[in-house]
Amino acid sequence: MRKEHVITKRITLPLTDEIVGGLRMGDNILITGIIYTARDTAHQRLIELIDKGAELPFDIQGQIIYYVGPTPPKPGQPIGSAGPTTSGRMDAYTHRLIEQGLKGMIGKGQRSQAVRDSMKKYKAVYFGATGGAGALLSKRIKKAEVIAFADLGPEAIRRLEVEDFPAVVINDIYGKDLYDEGVKRFAR
Amino acid sequence: MREVAIDEITQAVRDLFIDANCTLGEDVVLALQQALEKEESAIGKEVLTELIENARIAQQEVMPICQDTGLAVVFVELGQDVHLMEGDLTEAITQGVRDGYRDGYLRPSICHCFTRQNTGDNTPVIIHLEVVPGDRVKIIVLPKGGGSENMSGIRMLASAAGLEGVKEFIVQRVKESGANPCPPIIVGVGIGGTFDQAALIAKKALLRPVGSTNANLELAAMEADLLARINDLGIGPSGYGGRTTALAVHVEMIPCHIASLPVAVNIQCHAHRHKEKVL
Repeated sequence: MRKEHVITKRITLPLTDEIVGGLRMGDNILITGIIYTARDTAHQRLIELIDKGAELPFDIQGQIIYYVGPTPPKPGQPIGSAGPTTSGRMDAYTHRLIEQGLKGMIGKGQRSQAVRDSMKKYKAVYFGATGGAGALLSKRIKKAEVIAFADLGPEAIRRLEVEDFPAVVINDIYGKDLYDEGVKRFAR
Repeated sequence: MREVAIDEITQAVRDLFIDANCTLGEDVVLALQQALEKEESAIGKEVLTELIENARIAQQEVMPICQDTGLAVVFVELGQDVHLMEGDLTEAITQGVRDGYRDGYLRPSICHCFTRQNTGDNTPVIIHLEVVPGDRVKIIVLPKGGGSENMSGIRMLASAAGLEGVKEFIVQRVKESGANPCPPIIVGVGIGGTFDQAALIAKKALLRPVGSTNANLELAAMEADLLARINDLGIGPSGYGGRTTALAVHVEMIPCHIASLPVAVNIQCHAHRHKEKVL
């Protein structure tokens, strides 16, 4: 059996060049702070706002967007199950948001080469959260509030307060990709 | 002729969707535990440990295993000696989905194809109705997540492609899916029939217990070979690299037209949720 160990780091948001510079592909990260949710249709609307020169519903500088559409909370819960959705569907919009100052994304699945290039150029990182672990991940979300596009229901933009939210660095700012590297190591 | 009140169907569908979304099948939990013992990737082991813990939390707190509580797929095996009383079967099932998604705090995930406006109650439902001998009604619910469904595929191969061509298509589909369908996955394969039937039997193949052996020896051998080849891809849990890319491959096959060789691959995530009830 191969010997290996995983490094765990704690980070507090917002992200800075210094913080992202210290993250390496494959690191386990526990994230604390404010993150914003957005998925398919919310992204489309954010880009429409940028095109119009209008203000975004939140200051995107140094922020993380989490690709998630949670289940409705049961009474007493801040949020329902809240695991990541497939990030690739957001690829078409991501470069524009990174240009605006977006510094991190949490999702699952590989990003396009264009997104990976943008991340390297603008020093942004892509984190993976465990897909299908929505109940577990919801425990690390302490507060949730819809701040934009409420009409989209589960797809609305939410402001989340997270504590030690577990994620893995997929793409660091040095151009490494965990999906590529991981498969290379284990393919037979 | 046996009478079954239509309200019983609505109630069963409601309860089954809540149960399916919150309680992972014991067969899947066992397969995840066995995968954890065999996994060589440290990060892969962590993912598998999280998934087992996630299933425990979901069951204990009656909350969804995954936030994608799926498109509602319902298989009905209706005994031909059953008389459904006082209502419309499709509407009864649809109401059961509405009730289940509302009462179970499940996510409404269905929208208009182009405006993307959510229908709000997770309907319409996809219903597959089969009339069978007997006086019972069997209802199987399968809330199907979008991420894994998106990675599915169908191909009308030339007969010259043969068994190896079919296998290559299946393995390639899994390879191209990478991390997107939330591995470790369950791979449902339908071979033969028509374009539509191949896809339907691929989906039905998912319903067999994970870890079971195909009763057909030819297909059992195919499943074993496919599982080994898929796990040799190295995609691993969450796609981070590892030995466990699939927990199972289930193949169903029916004869096809002399001009055809259809093959459908329906990919299912590790949150493999389905429950059934006989009325």
